[in-house]
Amino acid sequence: MAANVEEFVTQRYKQGFITDIETDTVPPGLNEDVIRLISHKKGEPEFMLDWRLKAYRHWLTMTEPNWAHVHYPPIDFQDISYYSAPKSREQQNAEAPQSLDEVDPKLLETYEKLGIPLHEQEKLAGVAVDAVFDSVSVTTTFKDKLAEAGVIFCSMSEALQEHPELVEQYIGSVVPYTDNFYAGLNSAVFTDGSFVYVPEGVTCPMELSTYFRINEAKTGQFERTLIIAEKGSYVSYLEGCTAPQRDENQLHAAVVELIAHEDATIKYSTVQNWYPGDEEGKGGIYNFVTKRGEARGDRSKVTWTQVETGSAITMKYPGCVLTGNDSVGEFYSVAVTSNYQQADTGTKMVHVGRNTRSTVVAKGISAMQGEQSYRGLVKILPSATGARNYTQCDSMLIGDQCGAHTFPYIEVKEPGAVVEHEASTSKVSDEQLFYCRQRGISEEDAVNLIVNGFCKDVFRELPMEFAVEAQALLGVTLEGAVG
Amino acid sequence: MTEPMLKITNLHAKAEDAEILRGLNLEVNAGEVHAIMGPNGSGKSTLAHILAGRDDYEVTEGSVTYKGQDLLEMEPEERAHEGVFLAFQYPVEIPGVNNIYLLKSAVNAKRKHQGLGEIDSVDFLTDVKQKMKLMGMDESFLKRSVNEGFSGGEKKRNEVFQMMVLEPGLCVMDETDSGLDIDALKIVAQGVEQMRSPDRAIVLVTHYQRLLDHIQPDRVHVLARGQVLKSGDKQLAHELEEHGYDWIRYEEAESA
Ligand SMILES: Nc1ncnc2c1ncn2[C@@H]1O[C@H](COP(=O)(O)OP(=O)(O)OP(=O)(O)O)[C@@H](O)[C@H]1O
Ligand SMILES: [Mg+2]
Repeated sequence: MAANVEEFVTQRYKQGFITDIETDTVPPGLNEDVIRLISHKKGEPEFMLDWRLKAYRHWLTMTEPNWAHVHYPPIDFQDISYYSAPKSREQQNAEAPQSLDEVDPKLLETYEKLGIPLHEQEKLAGVAVDAVFDSVSVTTTFKDKLAEAGVIFCSMSEALQEHPELVEQYIGSVVPYTDNFYAGLNSAVFTDGSFVYVPEGVTCPMELSTYFRINEAKTGQFERTLIIAEKGSYVSYLEGCTAPQRDENQLHAAVVELIAHEDATIKYSTVQNWYPGDEEGKGGIYNFVTKRGEARGDRSKVTWTQVETGSAITMKYPGCVLTGNDSVGEFYSVAVTSNYQQADTGTKMVHVGRNTRSTVVAKGISAMQGEQSYRGLVKILPSATGARNYTQCDSMLIGDQCGAHTFPYIEVKEPGAVVEHEASTSKVSDEQLFYCRQRGISEEDAVNLIVNGFCKDVFRELPMEFAVEAQALLGVTLEGAVG
Repeated sequence: MTEPMLKITNLHAKAEDAEILRGLNLEVNAGEVHAIMGPNGSGKSTLAHILAGRDDYEVTEGSVTYKGQDLLEMEPEERAHEGVFLAFQYPVEIPGVNNIYLLKSAVNAKRKHQGLGEIDSVDFLTDVKQKMKLMGMDESFLKRSVNEGFSGGEKKRNEVFQMMVLEPGLCVMDETDSGLDIDALKIVAQGVEQMRSPDRAIVLVTHYQRLLDHIQPDRVHVLARGQVLKSGDKQLAHELEEHGYDWIRYEEAESA
């Protein structure tokens, strides 16, 4: 029966005929019709479809990157389904586990250790719930407060309906579809994401978090996020969730674009903890995201802070383009690879304006068979007189089967620029562990303590509640890494 | 007579096939302070580490009991929970970890073992500040990373400070006096004297008589070639200072 429906639908595609079909998921495969279908389903304005198609045509000419220090079987892009409509609550409930009893006990153990409340656990595990997870009132108060300040915070789909001119003006202006293979693919097929607009002079009254709109839009594997901070404004955005989320998509290729105008500041913090795969590394998420912020106006500032503990394979280089004079870019990162996880991550700092400054603090932790590379680019254009960069890149190894590699790329076209690079590799030493244990601290807690100490410079940059969760998370990720 | 707090019987231990301890016997009663002296490489630190549970050493023969329990069977953290404390000869640096954070974790780990809840933050801080003062340490040391950038003497004081906060039953102090200036030596000695208590035993490893001018040991032992070759009262330390270790070796040869 299901096969018949599929056959029927694919045939219609072959004819290039688009109707509002009654299935939730478009059959696997990618072509212009699928893109038209996505755009049509979402009722997008004309410009969006045109842009998607241009992106797709360009993507066809691109090849998958293979320079990163990661290994995975080839991805069949025709074997992915590119659109899945938001399901009704009844449908969701029918497919979801009916109670926590049906959920993988290992997952629950993790939630327990992270101290996640029960109703929250249910939500994360995708348990069928009648009430919306969070009280409606919290969300409403939140929305009212933002509206009062004039801040727009909604899903990308909503933004395309309500504020198409803003989307048209800014989308692709920092990460063009020509940028790289995965950004190209995302531009063609993205389904949803977040949109933030902070008007001139406004300090956003609260930390914006995807948490608040998780129930509004099902964010898929090709998320697209756009944040615009007008002159003199400030916004802090938190992405992600500290608990491992159930996810049926293996490939994630998101794009995040940030635009900071004159004197504006955007702080973007991520705690990423997707499924890393089982102990043998099977079944984990591939995270190939493109994140870039442009400090477009003079004296503007973009800060990336990330804690990456999940995913089987991560390739991620949040970067800053410092266009405005006296603008600032910062990148603070903790990346952990354990079991068979692989991460190739780092940042790109491109200095364009005068007296631009960038700071990079990257902490990499590898345990068991984890493999990790830091790849950092600092590029100083001839126009960037007086530019300065400071990079500090530290690796910590736990055990002797893991690896850490550093690939710094420095391109300086302005002779007066100052570029500093410091790198170190350390091990959690037996002496340190013994010292802690002699004081009564268990081996596991000792590893946790030492690793958290190593990451302190980065955790300090995270919003308070996030920092606490990140520490707990690190503990869970490294569990069993020693002894 | 009651059982000694620490009882070491015929202890043999090796590291990487080299035999270091060769039939060591030692008994320390609660309430006593014992000094262990001996030439470099004689096995003093090895003994201290074995008492604390370091697994670089393999015990091939003999036994160690602490309060009647078989110490060698216990994990290092269990020994700490039961009250064994080692002031290290070379305290390790732990970058990024606050001194006070480590100490509080240690106190709470012990309390958990005792079935108590976490210590009240205010009580803890009051206690800690008072003890730092006794050790002549500035409060800024609380926020600094464990031993990172501490001078040699500061590291040693920090060990004694931790010992005072953790209030152990058995204090093993490995050359805590080395590297201390004259004033610091006095402060450390006062700290140790203050720790002297009827339900606590203190074992001091030292090379110098000068510490023993400030701390009156109940017994002095000379460790050489992996054995306690001679034991006596504090007079023994004076004799060693005068005659050196050769004197013992000579005596030993005489009696053989
Ligand atoms: N882990 C080890 N592996 C191999 N040999 C070791 C090890 N630990 C100690 N030794 C050796 O055992 C002997 C005793 O060392 P130990 O550190 O116990 O001496 P010590 O009496 O404390 O000396 P010092 O007065 O110089 O501190 C030395 O010869 C030392 O080299
Ligand atoms: Mg020694």
